[in-house]
Amino acid sequence: MTDERTIPALDEHDWSLVIKPKRSLFALPIAELFRYKDLIAMFVRRDFVSVYKQTILGPLWYLIQPLLTTITFTVIFGNIAKLPTDGLPQFLFYMSGTVIWTYFATCLTKTSTVFVDNMQLFGKVYFPRLTVPVSILISNLITFGIQFVFFLGFMAYFAIRGTVFHPNWWILFSPVLIFMMAGLGLGLGILISSMTTKYRDLRFLVAFGVSLLMYATPVIYPVSSIPPQYQMLIKANPMTPIVETFRYGFLGAGTVNPLDLLYSFGFMVVIVIIGTVVFNRVEATFMDTV
Amino acid sequence: MSQTVISVENLSKSYRLGQIGTGTLSRDLEVWLAKLRGKPNPLLRIGEKDHGNQDGETLWALKDVSFQVQQGEVLGIIGRNGAGKSTLLKILSRVTAPTSGVIKVKGRIASLLEVGTGFHPELTGRENIYLNGAILGMTKQEITRKFDEIVAFAEIEKFIDTPVKRYSSGMYVRLAFAVAAHLESEILLVDEVLAVGDAEFQKKCLGKMGDVASKEGRTVLFVSHNMGAIKQICNSGIEIKGGVIVNSGDIDSIISEYFSNTSKAESFVDLTNHRGRDINSKQVMVSCELYTGCKSSAEFYTNGEFKAKVIFEANQNVTKKASLGIDIRNRFGDTLFASNMFQHKVSIIIEPQQSVYEVLIEITKLNLTPGLYSLSLYWGNGSYDIDIIRNAIYFNVIWNNKLGLAFPPDSRWGPIYMESKWKSQLL
Repeated sequence: MTDERTIPALDEHDWSLVIKPKRSLFALPIAELFRYKDLIAMFVRRDFVSVYKQTILGPLWYLIQPLLTTITFTVIFGNIAKLPTDGLPQFLFYMSGTVIWTYFATCLTKTSTVFVDNMQLFGKVYFPRLTVPVSILISNLITFGIQFVFFLGFMAYFAIRGTVFHPNWWILFSPVLIFMMAGLGLGLGILISSMTTKYRDLRFLVAFGVSLLMYATPVIYPVSSIPPQYQMLIKANPMTPIVETFRYGFLGAGTVNPLDLLYSFGFMVVIVIIGTVVFNRVEATFMDTV
Repeated sequence: MSQTVISVENLSKSYRLGQIGTGTLSRDLEVWLAKLRGKPNPLLRIGEKDHGNQDGETLWALKDVSFQVQQGEVLGIIGRNGAGKSTLLKILSRVTAPTSGVIKVKGRIASLLEVGTGFHPELTGRENIYLNGAILGMTKQEITRKFDEIVAFAEIEKFIDTPVKRYSSGMYVRLAFAVAAHLESEILLVDEVLAVGDAEFQKKCLGKMGDVASKEGRTVLFVSHNMGAIKQICNSGIEIKGGVIVNSGDIDSIISEYFSNTSKAESFVDLTNHRGRDINSKQVMVSCELYTGCKSSAEFYTNGEFKAKVIFEANQNVTKKASLGIDIRNRFGDTLFASNMFQHKVSIIIEPQQSVYEVLIEITKLNLTPGLYSLSLYWGNGSYDIDIIRNAIYFNVIWNNKLGLAFPPDSRWGPIYMESKWKSQLL
């Protein structure tokens, strides 16, 4: 006779998955994300392929966008408004700003709609939701890479034409800068994305907030042109030191202040933590509120 | 010995009814600030009470549900719409978190996606197989290994490099099912996906799901309203009603109990606003009554007489010539018999103005074994059906002792009774 109670109880370790009401708020599922790396790769591929399918110019759009923006900025802010550019060729000044800003802005806007855009899919199947924002960061990083090489091409062209640049060791710092932009975009993006599940009005805020924020970032003007009393204001924007440092490293004009960079970095860390906490909170039950 | 692969313990899930918050941040802030200052909710109408977060607004989609599933089991989950079946699968597939309780799982869970969810229309069939597989948790290598099998099962070899937006809906479904069914997961969740796709493919899917369990030893949880499909592939079942498990055990007994609880045999049914009416149907048929002899009845003898009278109302705007068709189904939804007026060279000529008509159907020998059966009605113009009511009326067949047999047929012996003669002799 076997007594039912004598059957050894399975302890938690025997189960491969335990579904509980609440998940840890600070958990960043790095291991799980790594397990789903193929999915991230597929998402990146999907983002790329779907963008230029059924377009005439195809991948050329990746170059046309920054080019046209730069030309517009050069005409309006450079030639008509005559904003200073720290003595750099206007075209290169605006292009460097645009390319860098675009990376941050697209990371932010795209990740900020993750929940709403993928509602249908999220409602049907589980996979780590963070795969989507992470894939957005990566696919935009590739776009950024393409556009940056394009920018370097123009730099070379200007150098051959006789413009003298002073690139310096700050160039080596650019991976950190990219990392910071990705972090800022991701943190803010998932924070807003989590809150849009409940408050749809945030979507409108992001749409024009990002374009307004660009004017509070030295994309179309150098920090040096800002009157001292407003410098603090412009430096409160964590993107300011990133754009300035980038420009300084490659073009050798502008200002670099390690303290400002440290502030940006700290800001990024805090926003990523807040974003993760809110994201984790929302992730578990967002299907009930959307 | 088989082992428990899913253990659901005291699982509950509640939803807050009505609007959650006010929907906009500024208004939520307004309410919150008012609360902070001890003032009443500024958005409430005068005289309205502040419900806040009280129980009155909570709906328990699942309440204290516990069950276990063994490896290789194919568990059918049945219940009416809104009973909590889909909520249970949603929690199991981790789409939403439970309110309380724990689920322990051994092995990977994969859900069979609804048609095309996770498919990107611009990508080719090949790319979508990889994308969908990855969404379902497979690695690239695993998908590559199964790739040919998936394509062959979905029957889309020729179109594998065509963007799926050019696929027919049938191809879409086939591909979606094929990817999920070939996943290397130990547990498969299936929620009413087979409602789409042609009959042949549905059969193939059901067969594959059966194989998945019996040959590969995988566990399947199957939610469907198609009792025939559930009976075919499931070996055990649970019935959920109002968020609570009301019955569990062997699938056959679950289904028959479910049926006897939900469908009652009746001698007369009002067909206006009948819930079995097809969505696209015009309301033409008005009532249906069952008879034996001249007596209205809901019970019929095996090999006895069965009569049905259908009343309908129509004019020439609907059709000029009409025909009525019927079918009889058993409690698993299998059609046992079907016929119509045209087959019997009869038709109705409709008058120009609105008139009421009556159709009488007489089955002289109802050769069904005892049990619950349903009659479905199809009213049409001969080329297509205008008013369809499935399972319009239920009736009971009872055993007739006058047939002179030693004992009635067993319930497992099938629905058809045939008169037969038996002899033996020494050779």
